[in-house]
Amino acid sequence: MSDFRGEVRAWLEANCPASMRSPCRGEAEWVWGGRRARFFSDDARLWLERMAARGWTAPTWPRQYGGGGLAPDEATILDEELRRIDARAPLKSFGLWMLGPVLLEFGSEEQRAEHLPKIVRGEIRWCQGYSETGAGSDLAALETRAVRDPSDDRTWIVDGHKIWTSHADKADWMFCLVRTDASATKHEGISFLLFDMQSPGVSVVPIRLISGASPFCQTFFDGVRVPAANLVGRPGQGWTIAKALLKHERALIAQARDTATAEEEPLEAMARRYDVLGDPLLRDRVTQANLDSLCFTLTLRRSAETAQSRGQPGPESSMQKLYGTELNKRRKELRVAIAGYRGIGWEEPGFAPEELQLVRDWLRSRANSIEGGTSEIQLNIIARRVLGLGDGRS
Amino acid sequence: MAFVLDDVEEAMRDTARKWTREHAPVMQLRALRDARDTVGFSRAGWRELARLGLAGVTVPERWGGAGLGFAALGVVVEELGRTLATLPWLSSLMGTEALLGGASEAQRQAHLAAVCAGVRLMTLAHDEGHRHSRALPSTTATRSAGGFVLRGTKVMVLDGHVADAFVVSARDGEVTALFVVAAGARGLGIERSQVVDSRNAARLTLDGVTVREADRLGGAELLDRVLDRATIALSAEMLGSTVELFERTLLHLRTRRQFGVPIGSFQALQHRAAQLFCEIELLRSVVREALVAVDEGRSDVPRLACAAKARASDTFALCAAEAVQMHGGIGVTDELDVGLFFKRARVTAMLFGDAPYQRDRFARLEGY
Ligand SMILES: Cc1cc2nc3c(=O)[nH]c(=O)nc-3n(C[C@H](O)[C@H](O)[C@H](O)COP(=O)(O)OP(=O)(O)OC[C@H]3O[C@@H](n4cnc5c(N)ncnc54)[C@H](O)[C@@H]3O)c2cc1C
Repeated sequence: MSDFRGEVRAWLEANCPASMRSPCRGEAEWVWGGRRARFFSDDARLWLERMAARGWTAPTWPRQYGGGGLAPDEATILDEELRRIDARAPLKSFGLWMLGPVLLEFGSEEQRAEHLPKIVRGEIRWCQGYSETGAGSDLAALETRAVRDPSDDRTWIVDGHKIWTSHADKADWMFCLVRTDASATKHEGISFLLFDMQSPGVSVVPIRLISGASPFCQTFFDGVRVPAANLVGRPGQGWTIAKALLKHERALIAQARDTATAEEEPLEAMARRYDVLGDPLLRDRVTQANLDSLCFTLTLRRSAETAQSRGQPGPESSMQKLYGTELNKRRKELRVAIAGYRGIGWEEPGFAPEELQLVRDWLRSRANSIEGGTSEIQLNIIARRVLGLGDGRS
Repeated sequence: MAFVLDDVEEAMRDTARKWTREHAPVMQLRALRDARDTVGFSRAGWRELARLGLAGVTVPERWGGAGLGFAALGVVVEELGRTLATLPWLSSLMGTEALLGGASEAQRQAHLAAVCAGVRLMTLAHDEGHRHSRALPSTTATRSAGGFVLRGTKVMVLDGHVADAFVVSARDGEVTALFVVAAGARGLGIERSQVVDSRNAARLTLDGVTVREADRLGGAELLDRVLDRATIALSAEMLGSTVELFERTLLHLRTRRQFGVPIGSFQALQHRAAQLFCEIELLRSVVREALVAVDEGRSDVPRLACAAKARASDTFALCAAEAVQMHGGIGVTDELDVGLFFKRARVTAMLFGDAPYQRDRFARLEGY
């Protein structure tokens, strides 16, 4: 065993609370951090504090910004050791997954020093202001605008709205795409702006999903004043940054699905419990899903090994996003099919809590192939960027 | 980094690619077919490839092999799959694996060196019905003085028409047993049959063939070992064929123009091509994992054999169907190679069990 692995193992042994060494039982146990952080247990708080102190919530970020400063192969070892003991993620965070990597790539020194350590420690919770009612798949059609205050050119004034903003009602800050140049082309007039959700003029209205949960909101901006120093990169560079961030988001969604699958009761165990393994068609569907999950997990590992030297996720993040989410939908569909009448309940009484959860999860899964760019958009990206299919002009 | 090819493997791939393009291109399959060649492959080519080490890639050097593993074998046969090379590497692999897994020192001495040199061909004779099965064979092995008498029929014996010896499965009471049978054995009938992919397989009739106790290799465990390894290696070949066909189809999508634009600019085709790309990526991952698992001597080899072959069968078939359709009229002509891949997809899907068979076996191995 390498010295590093030994050191990690010993540290985890001493510092990971016993109750954090099992998969979360539902989203209620997730830790998102932020000013209004809620911890399911004292152990959950302790686990975050200890991991954050080592910078291991962001293992590969530089130490100067609070990260772990680990090399890619060390990060892999840490990941393997965390998996080995079934450790929970200490922190779920759009800051860690999406904003951090692009601040490291495009942010100013001040922006990194200001925001990254707070992300590592889970002190600030971020939300993503991309989509608008008129700009979904065609994201670059967005109309929320930011103009310089004529009397103070160190301030942008933001007006417009965003929609489908996940957790906007619980987030502290937003990274937001805004149009700063109405005369430039569609893609070149966009900038990437950071602001506090407590700023005057920001308001949020939750939207309910078919699963009954309200994980996202419509977000309105009415003359919101944002310091010019909060613009990432250059004015007009927003689209480049937005796309870089999306790659991280997609790779993440694929990985999250993979982890979620690993945490679920195996399909065959569930099928046995509901006594449907005798149905050859259902049994074959179960096996097909299991085999595809196996091949998909192997593919994530293969991409990780291939990308290790490259550092950045490539266009294969689209493949992962597409396949991972479609597979997850299929598995959730299969679960309610296995449960039969037990898989169509909405509320107690008459159904067990886990059966009701099954139904909610099935409904929630339909959003997987829409959020983060729809499956059709991923297919477009694969066809054009990876396979070189196009109109022949490019 | 099990998934990334190391330098040796990269070099092997380049050599194999160059060799197959020169010595075993798709054109050769066509020529053999059109000449109604009764061997079905180039004997000179096979000896040449054997000289490069392919007839005994996985055989230790002291027996005349190359002493490499399945990961290396996979790299090479992927290239053979790209050109639909008809060389008898798979039958040869089954012969050598049976000898390595179950033979006595004397049997290995007797056969391995010649097999590795490509001058002697040994293949497995196992299937009996219309599809692959691992149930107890119907062919019987009845004990007699000093040995056994074999009676039964074997079908789809790969390269059986030119094999010098067979590893024949039979039932000895209620257990499976494997025996080495020479092609010239008395009571053995060999009938060549042509398969749709222009390769040859034989039907064997064993009408009281006598074998000695020393010709017995092993039982069901050995048979599983040989079949699992052959299944994984075949999946690697299928991956190669699939990738080649996909690349050819992409080229067509980029170059064929209709309505004034390349047909690859139509979203209906783009999305299907992108789907196919994902399926092939998953195939590549599972094939590699299975090959590496054999080399590491892991216990999940049987499960990975099922996983790899189930996906290889489905993905190759899907790719072949899409390739034909996306080529339009020319896609259904004999002139274009696409049809040859299409036929090969069907044959390979059936060998060692099709996708539903593999899924069923996977489920059983997983205990459900
Ligand atoms: C649960 C959830 C959470 C989300 N969280 C956030 C968030 O935090 N922040 C944020 O900014 N956004 C978020 N989104 C928004 C998400 O990114 C958009 O919903 C998504 O990009 C699709 O946009 P749309 O809803 O406008 O659909 P549309 O773009 O109108 O798409 C409708 C249909 O048309 C298809 N389509 C569109 N264009 C093409 C094309 N060129 N080729 C083929 N088909 C096409 C689509 O694939 C889809 O099937 C979230 C969405 C969901 C469901």
